[in-house]
Amino acid sequence: MKIHEYQAKEVFKTFGIPVPDGKVATTPEEAEQIAKQLACNVVVKAQVHVGGRGKAGGVKLAKTPEEAKQAASHILGMDIKGLTVKKVLVTRAVDIKDEAYIGFIVDRKSKKPLIMVSAAGGIDIEQVARETPEKIHKFVIDPIYGLFPHQARELALHLYDDIKLVRKATDVILKLYKAFMFVDSSLTEINPFVVTTQGETWAVDAKINIDDNSLSRHPDIEAMRDVTEREKKELDAKSKGLSYIKLDGNIGCVVNGAGLAMATMDLIKKYGGEPANFLDIGGSSNPEKVVNALNILISDKNVKSIFFNIFGGITRCDDVANGIVQALTRLDINLPIVIRLTGTNEAEARKILSKTKLIPASSMVEGAQKSIEIAKI
Amino acid sequence: MSILVDKSTKLVVQGITGRDGSFHTKKMLEYGTNIVAGVTPGKKGQQIEGVPVFNTVKEAVEVANANTSILFVPAKFAVDAINEAADAGIKLIVTVSEGIPALDMVRVISFVNEKGADLIGPNSPGIISPGETKVGILPGQIFKKGSVGVVSRSGTLTYEIVSHITNSELGESTCLGIGGDPIIGLKFIDCLKLFEKDEQTKAVVLVGEIGGSDEEEAAIYIEKSFSKPVVAFIAGLTAPPGKRMGHAGAIVSGGTGTAAEKIKAFESVDVPVAREPAEIINLLKKKM
Repeated sequence: MKIHEYQAKEVFKTFGIPVPDGKVATTPEEAEQIAKQLACNVVVKAQVHVGGRGKAGGVKLAKTPEEAKQAASHILGMDIKGLTVKKVLVTRAVDIKDEAYIGFIVDRKSKKPLIMVSAAGGIDIEQVARETPEKIHKFVIDPIYGLFPHQARELALHLYDDIKLVRKATDVILKLYKAFMFVDSSLTEINPFVVTTQGETWAVDAKINIDDNSLSRHPDIEAMRDVTEREKKELDAKSKGLSYIKLDGNIGCVVNGAGLAMATMDLIKKYGGEPANFLDIGGSSNPEKVVNALNILISDKNVKSIFFNIFGGITRCDDVANGIVQALTRLDINLPIVIRLTGTNEAEARKILSKTKLIPASSMVEGAQKSIEIAKI
Repeated sequence: MSILVDKSTKLVVQGITGRDGSFHTKKMLEYGTNIVAGVTPGKKGQQIEGVPVFNTVKEAVEVANANTSILFVPAKFAVDAINEAADAGIKLIVTVSEGIPALDMVRVISFVNEKGADLIGPNSPGIISPGETKVGILPGQIFKKGSVGVVSRSGTLTYEIVSHITNSELGESTCLGIGGDPIIGLKFIDCLKLFEKDEQTKAVVLVGEIGGSDEEEAAIYIEKSFSKPVVAFIAGLTAPPGKRMGHAGAIVSGGTGTAAEKIKAFESVDVPVAREPAEIINLLKKKM
């Protein structure tokens, strides 16, 4: 789960990481008020879950409260990479002399926490990582002992020559590690970590992604969740034990298992169709799940045909068939349904479905092809 | 021969008295798995499908000589259960549980490694050596003893692919799901090393998906040190970036971990990548 910059900065503050004063606003008037209270140059920043906000025009400097109001009215409602800006952070502007990068991730390769620092921080860090990876210093942390101060210092020495700055950065690195571990983050970063002309250090931007699997033990962070309309539907599906992601095609897919669900989407695309979604009904085979799955698909107006691809193992084919029959009686479904069922209790499932108008397919490929043909009509 | 599990596997089922634990105990016994013990704290003295239940894994090892464990415990209790198994001297721990936080796994894996145990999963369907034993939730009837090793990050997609291998008469030596999470125990490379040494295995099918760089690392290893034919399949060519596709580990982030990159990595080292599951057999036969 992603949280906004202003929320990540609240987390940083509780760990003693220096963050410029600021508040979040949802109207231009609020932004003006905050700028008045701060009584200094401010930066108005779009709060959306996507990178590249500055390049998209979502970050503006304002020298007066009036300018802050104008900036906010320009940014609020703006579309950044498909996301509408609903909140802005109004925060004290600082004189930037130097920009560094400090970030932590859970590294899949070493199976340990990994810290990355670079003296070449700022908006082009991804380009730095691609073109001059030697400018990014990495260190794998032993999760049992944690990050030692001398290790943090060694990294900070890559950032600055001035020992005073090295000490300040060491302190921030250690605090950021604590924050990263405490909130069960999958990625925590400060970019840029700024040194001002006066020699102050500030976390000018803040990013924290939280491991979805740990949210049950962080209700305070769960409460920070801000979802788009599209995500609402996905979360609603999740609460019903379904894993659903909406796409832009017209062939609805219902599959058991994430890998098979991805492979089904890929196959539809390979044979010239466009999948409308990813939908994994999971391992257990409660008929109610099938009803819920179909309910989600028929609410997507783009869907022209539905393809069930079920490989029965733990999932019993007869349970899925019963779910389909229940859905057909309870829901108003006019869409053609192509069904491929194989594995556990396949024969029973065929018997249950024999009285329905479903279109049978004997393989994944045949099912994909039939659902594509029908969607074209 | 086979890898990791065979007739000598003596299994303890952790969480045996639960709904999933007792159901799959029955299924594994039907397949012929030698289940010597079950563990549920506080349920010592009970029997599930004729299997004696103990309070601790330590007792299961000392009294019943268990050497392999499978966990059917909720994610919340899985970390404790894995650590307990490793501490008791279990050599192979199979974790079906889904939803364990990644930073918890980081610590667990450190401990498991220290104890010299191997971990499969979490979020794994388990492992089967057809005709020998089954440790997991995989449907036994679709497998057939043979010469192809299968290693996968998925469950049902593996079954789809295995059904083609079984129908082709090639059959499987050992088939395992290494799990759909970002932080897992055995990875593709670890399994390839074991398949390299296994005489029964004549070829390997590797089933990958988007997210991480395990497939790319496997490709480098195959080019350098793997002598048997390998055929791959990668799921998720059409997955949108930044979205977790069911599995916690199946996500394209910051432009890395895409299916296209992984396919390129394999094809550049002469590992053919099937564009649909059914193609795997022809690719295998060409290579074998």
